[in-house]
Amino acid sequence: MRISENIAIQPGKRPGRRWRWSGLLEDRTVMGMAFVAPAVGLLLLFLAYPLILGIWLGFTDTVVGGTGEFIGLANYISLLNDALFWKVTYYTFLYTGAAVFFKLLLGFALAIVLNREFRAKGFVRAIVLLPWIIPTVLSAICFWWLYDTTFSGITWVLMKIGLIGHKIDYLGDPTNARIALIVANVWRGIPFFTIGLLAGLQTINPSLYEAASIDGAGGWHRFRHVTLPLISPLLAVVTTFSTIWTFADFQLIWVITRGGPANATHLYGTLSFQRAIPGGQFGEGAAISAFILPVLMISVWVCYKYMRREE
Amino acid sequence: MAKVVMEKLNKHFGEVKAVRDFDLEIPDKEFVVLVGPSGCGKTTTLRMVAGLEDITSGNIYIDDKVVNQLPPKDRDIAMVFQNYALYPHMTVYQNMAFGLTLRKFPKAEIKQRVKEAAEILNIGELLERKPKALSGGQRQRVAVGRAIVRKPKVFLFDEPLSNLDAKLRVQMRVELKKLHDRLQTTIIYVTHDQVEAMTMGDCIVVMKDGLKQQVGAPLELYFRPANKFVAGFIGSPAMNFMEGELLSEQGGLFLQTMGFKLKIPEDKAAKLKSYPEKRVIFGIRPEDLPEAPAAIPNETIEVVVEVLEPLGSEVYLDVKVGETSLIARAEPTTKAKPHFKLYLQPVLENMRFFSIRDEKALF
Ligand SMILES: Nc1ncnc2c1ncn2[C@@H]1O[C@H](COP(=O)(O)OP(=O)(O)OP(=O)(O)O)[C@@H](O)[C@H]1O
Ligand SMILES: [Mg+2]
Repeated sequence: MRISENIAIQPGKRPGRRWRWSGLLEDRTVMGMAFVAPAVGLLLLFLAYPLILGIWLGFTDTVVGGTGEFIGLANYISLLNDALFWKVTYYTFLYTGAAVFFKLLLGFALAIVLNREFRAKGFVRAIVLLPWIIPTVLSAICFWWLYDTTFSGITWVLMKIGLIGHKIDYLGDPTNARIALIVANVWRGIPFFTIGLLAGLQTINPSLYEAASIDGAGGWHRFRHVTLPLISPLLAVVTTFSTIWTFADFQLIWVITRGGPANATHLYGTLSFQRAIPGGQFGEGAAISAFILPVLMISVWVCYKYMRREE
Repeated sequence: MAKVVMEKLNKHFGEVKAVRDFDLEIPDKEFVVLVGPSGCGKTTTLRMVAGLEDITSGNIYIDDKVVNQLPPKDRDIAMVFQNYALYPHMTVYQNMAFGLTLRKFPKAEIKQRVKEAAEILNIGELLERKPKALSGGQRQRVAVGRAIVRKPKVFLFDEPLSNLDAKLRVQMRVELKKLHDRLQTTIIYVTHDQVEAMTMGDCIVVMKDGLKQQVGAPLELYFRPANKFVAGFIGSPAMNFMEGELLSEQGGLFLQTMGFKLKIPEDKAAKLKSYPEKRVIFGIRPEDLPEAPAAIPNETIEVVVEVLEPLGSEVYLDVKVGETSLIARAEPTTKAKPHFKLYLQPVLENMRFFSIRDEKALF
């Protein structure tokens, strides 16, 4: 705004034209749009275009290397009649629900512990971040190794302390594989909750806890009536983000099980990839990914509503 | 309603000795003010009474019961924090009701008590608001309200007025005093403002560097300070101090300084006899330095006026004797002008003498 005023008071040779320009520069709407235009342009190019293209592909029978025809809802109808799709839907929701629940629980607990005063606090906080900064593929490979029937470190420890007498087939058994993946995801996702919530906990004024203890609150009541209400907006945001990432997870699954055994551990993301790229069915793959959208939109909406209510 | 006793109380934070050998006995229903400069350990003392801070050594009794190990929630005290510490997510009503809700009071009684407190504090219309939507003075009232609904044995106040503007502070001072008359509860009140201490306390405790300096009624501290620190801390503007030499001459005891010589009254001279040193610190308050029409040998001081501070009802004169600056109070009708000479006639009966070695009052 200030720049535009400077321009406006500069003497010009052609007053009529200059007046029009300065008028535009003074206009909040015009200037506002001009300032956001580059960002909007980038978003349209890199986010909106692929998204819309993906949705469009879902309505076609495109295959790899070929062009497709518009076939309406055919992809969706065939998916809804596909037992495997329902199995994947079930596991996607189970995976997301269980993983987010445990990440929230453990991450929050860890944040509360780390929020206390103790020696080497900075060091321990840095350690907690590790699972988050290691590339996912790398930690996925580590888990794959840990879950190996023959070489599993977990099995070795359990046998040493005498808890089990035989080796466990972590990834060969559908139920075991499903649990194993959730555990890996929880391990990887805890730091996000811990660090995010720890930052929130640190903003809570310690004298509120003191006031509460004088008011008669013990540990549980201080948590219930001070910590929880003050952290809950942040809790909502962190949980939403985590839900989105977990629901759309791909790397962990693809590296550890590739969706097996017997397609027991496919998520929407991996199934979509498998159908689209190795399977060549671009249209169908795109249709599967489209199922991720409504869930993500609903979680964002719930989070948004929740934060509005807190205001 | 309770007696509070502190016995040889010590608090160390690592190397820092925040409170040292602090003894104090507070009778039931008394309004006690802890006052002292920043960092002298007032807050720490209060927090130990509240149970928010561990005690390094010593004992605290509430109603003859040692409470050293008792958690804050079981001490039956209420505290108003300097920053109020209102729960931001609760309404004013919920803030005030919180302590009672936790103690499982019946709903009707909670409502009754909150209403009562809100009426006393004049915040009845604010009950549905959140703290964010309140002014500083209103928050302060809510914080007090949260304390009084509980009807605790002891109230602790930590500089509750320091965030308010001057006018509101004076007003709240009066209201808190009235509240004390009405509630008849023991109050321990912390402030670094000596005016607040003087106007509010039944009894004032002056602290410095974690040590208790003097305990007494406001006027006792004013007229009979135990040492130079208390003398300088209580009273505004502060007492003037100068060093001088005691001269025993014909006709009595005299005080000789760089700029003047004064005859010490007989009764004071008698008390000074046992003082072994020659040099002494003497103090005199600004109101004990009235103007004199002319010089009187050994009774007046010749000074040069530097600055006039007119306050309306009185004028403070910043004057200089030799190298030393003094403050004197004059009538608003004074003819004094900057850079002019003036004679002051100290009220010698009100002079205080302090030992040059440990700065304790000599009598
Ligand atoms: N948690 C702590 N850790 C270390 N030192 C502390 C701690 N709390 C207080 N102190 C020190 O103890 C001394 C007394 O502090 P205290 O807060 O009691 O002062 P105060 O009289 O209330 O001062 P003010 O008028 O500024 O509030 C200070 O020197 C302070 O630095
Ligand atoms: Mg303090």
